[in-house]
Amino acid sequence: MKVGVIGAGGYAGGELLRLLLSHPEVREVVAGSESLAGKPVTAAHPNLRKRTDLQFVRYEDVTGCDVLFLSLPNGSHRAGEFEERAKLVIDLSSDHRLRDPEDYETWYGAAHPRPWALGQWVYGIPEVHRGQIKGAARVTGAGCNATATILALLPLFAADVVDRARDVVVECKVGSSEGGRQPSEDSHHPERVGVVRSFRPVGHRHTAEAEQELALGGERPRIDLSVTSVELVRGVLATAHVYVKQPLEEKDLWRIYRERYASEPFVRIVKERSGIFRYPEPKLLAGTNFADVGFAVDPRGDRIVALCAIDNLVKGAAGNGVQAMNVALGIDERAGLEFVGLHP
Amino acid sequence: MTVGSDAVKGEIVSCPDCGAELEVTEITPVALALAPEAEEDWGE
Repeated sequence: MKVGVIGAGGYAGGELLRLLLSHPEVREVVAGSESLAGKPVTAAHPNLRKRTDLQFVRYEDVTGCDVLFLSLPNGSHRAGEFEERAKLVIDLSSDHRLRDPEDYETWYGAAHPRPWALGQWVYGIPEVHRGQIKGAARVTGAGCNATATILALLPLFAADVVDRARDVVVECKVGSSEGGRQPSEDSHHPERVGVVRSFRPVGHRHTAEAEQELALGGERPRIDLSVTSVELVRGVLATAHVYVKQPLEEKDLWRIYRERYASEPFVRIVKERSGIFRYPEPKLLAGTNFADVGFAVDPRGDRIVALCAIDNLVKGAAGNGVQAMNVALGIDERAGLEFVGLHP
Repeated sequence: MTVGSDAVKGEIVSCPDCGAELEVTEITPVALALAPEAEEDWGE
């Protein structure tokens, strides 16, 4: 099949190209970038040297595709220009993640320009919506911090053990690539390196996605998300503090997490009693589509600490998009996503 | 004791007779071992 990427010059776009160029079902890749048209994709993504001779083309030349990825900045709202160009369109931006237009206005500070379109897109985390993604024509990606938060907490909400009368507090530690390709004063190396920067202690927009998805058809939970920049290029570690209705033991949590995730190809339960990597660790996940989840029980009572680590550019963006494409088209969900990462 | 067919490696289960914590060390065939006590954190 032929797959196009609109916005292929960014970090997520580059990861899409890397994954699609090795995908066994993809015959042709088209890389769209208005600012880089005519240049080789290796000018923006040097890791693809000797892997492809592809050149960026203008958006108007990204045509005849079976699948089209939109990897445009949040708030660009350009899906309407492209959504008729392919049977399956996957939007990695935040433009279609929230189903409620009022929710969008609350968290993004402006009314959505196409509110009627919000209900047409499936929230594209396969671990949550695999059934809806199958055969879908419009799939939206998920926020990286939202993905880590949702996957950490999903088994607990699905098992209905969470005390929804209490807030769930989540801290996400994140790498610099979350900020995207465009530099800014705060991403300038002397300012960014070595920081532990509380860059969004309240009000992070991914909060809304996590609350929306963890409602699971019931009462919407209150998620209190804080995001802290740390010394990473890639990676998110979500640490969620959850209060449960009844005290649970470790073996109960093993059962709850195993029931939800044992058959998931990209979710691994990481909880060991000895060794170095006892809990999810973003370092091991760079370049992979895995989400490692874990948990700990506070022996003093009813608090569970739920954890999830991902690569924000892969499971948090491009890899999850390719996984959703595979699900939507009914091909092997693992196709193109076999990389297992590096150690040490 | 019986271990579910969807058990995962590393899972902690309890012996229904004595209550001992057991760790699933292999899946096919299933093997169990006395779960180790959590070693003291050394990371920091």
